[in-house]
Amino acid sequence: MKQVLEGSQAVAEAVKLARVDVISAYPITPQTHIVERLSDFGAEGKISAKYLRVESEHSALAALIGAATGGARTFTSTSSQGLALMHELLHWASGARLPIVMAEVNRALAPGWNIWADQTDSLAQRDTGWIQLYCENSQEVLDSTLIAYNLAETVNLPAMIILDAFYLSHTYEPVDVPEQDLVDRFLPSLKPKFQIDQDDPQAFSSLVTPNAYMEMRYNIAQAMDETISQLDSIEGKFHDIFGRRYGAIESVQCEDADIVMVTSGTITSTCRQVIRDLRAQGEKVGLCKIKMFRPFPIDAIRSTLQNANKIAVIDRNFSFGATGIFAQEIRAALCNLPRRPLVFGYVAGLGGRDVTTGIIESIYRCTKDTDVPLSESIWIGLQEVSDGRARS
Amino acid sequence: MVEIRWHGRGGQGAVTSVELLALAAIEEGKFGQGFPSFGPERRGAPVIAFNRVANERIKIKSGIYNPDVVVVLDETLIGIVNVTDGLKSDGKLIVNTTKSPGEVKEQLKFKGAVATVDATKIAREELGVPITNTTMLGALIKVTGLVDLKSAKNPVEHRFGRLAQRNLNALSRAFKEVSTN
Repeated sequence: MKQVLEGSQAVAEAVKLARVDVISAYPITPQTHIVERLSDFGAEGKISAKYLRVESEHSALAALIGAATGGARTFTSTSSQGLALMHELLHWASGARLPIVMAEVNRALAPGWNIWADQTDSLAQRDTGWIQLYCENSQEVLDSTLIAYNLAETVNLPAMIILDAFYLSHTYEPVDVPEQDLVDRFLPSLKPKFQIDQDDPQAFSSLVTPNAYMEMRYNIAQAMDETISQLDSIEGKFHDIFGRRYGAIESVQCEDADIVMVTSGTITSTCRQVIRDLRAQGEKVGLCKIKMFRPFPIDAIRSTLQNANKIAVIDRNFSFGATGIFAQEIRAALCNLPRRPLVFGYVAGLGGRDVTTGIIESIYRCTKDTDVPLSESIWIGLQEVSDGRARS
Repeated sequence: MVEIRWHGRGGQGAVTSVELLALAAIEEGKFGQGFPSFGPERRGAPVIAFNRVANERIKIKSGIYNPDVVVVLDETLIGIVNVTDGLKSDGKLIVNTTKSPGEVKEQLKFKGAVATVDATKIAREELGVPITNTTMLGALIKVTGLVDLKSAKNPVEHRFGRLAQRNLNALSRAFKEVSTN
């Protein structure tokens, strides 16, 4: 049924449809609408999930690690400081190979205290062994949440569905909410590959000495590699039932493009409009949307970008002392190609600053009009600021 | 594509308005998007919310700076916030007031089209409370012709349940009573 839903509500609808067993979360803006909606569903008897109210995000994830070890399908959601507080247990969830699914609403880290969109919170967790899927609209959020459960449970790794604060979490859009019986066909109930069983007592997460730890890490690395091909087959099944698929990346008019813009999240959606307008003016420009950031789909990215002359990466995030994080990963992915396009890194939209069609077009023009990047990171739209030091 | 900005006060239902208009648009096969101003909001404080309505899928996910239409749910906001800020010079301004369109035009020195309706009176009579969001939606539908009046029916029923009919009555009255210059 077609509904008009916020990105947050789309997550909650998907969690309902996924027949999740255990939900645990601690409130933080801007993910609040997700857990509020789930709490309402619980009060109205629309879901039977056990909803655990806990004292922190650390405890929220700890509770789910326990529940998932017991064989439950689990869900949590958080943002920013909340995700940072979970950091220790993010590693634990992937190391224990638990298919926990989390919605992460991208919000800037403090200080300065800021509740608006910025990807640095989730990207700072890139080495924790979680699958990361960045979404651009409410339909994709709903679909990707369902796909994430299937994917996570197939490869036994936790997965994050990531959506921009407000631009997606609080924006109402038409969403086709699938029928429960179709979702049940796509996502059968969880059959854990291992779980705590009173009739078959075993130890979990015990001491692992150097003679086995490395192999366990290698297994996770292999599961991550397998995730790319599994996404393709799981999305194939999703497409057969619902008629929609997304891919780890999406290439829009890249075949003959001189310049390819690389984007993620809602900036992708706005960029689609810009690409269309620029193409209508005869500009040879393409768009590469990165949906899956972990695992990073290197082969697909290489084949999409290798024929362009210039790549313009837009990062709504920053790694201090380095560059925008997508720009880093794109540069690393391309470095072993015999012929490489130039990579221009742009930093825009931090802390929720608006990234308009005009800003995206100016990024394209800057890339076109510059022979080689003048610096590794070009900050867009900076206002004149004082450095905070007293003037002599 | 038509871009709309709604001015209200926290609790007057501006965000519900944008949800209802987006629903009404998809009722008739169009596309709609709605979003609040992004940030903390308080009951009674000035708030804004936005709509985009188009005949094709709406890709833009950024703010609205030059709306085609501005709707003012609460007349007391005039003078506190600049309701015509960025409004296109050939745009439409729709205000809940007892004043005539000519008086508002003069007051705000706005050169585009102005429409007025006493939505507070209608809402009090039909709903028993001065919450004017559904009433002003009726005025917006009449003035812009963006969606058909009957396309609002299902969304209002979906959103308000047993209070739907009263809201639909208020919406229809504003549709009839709104005056333009």
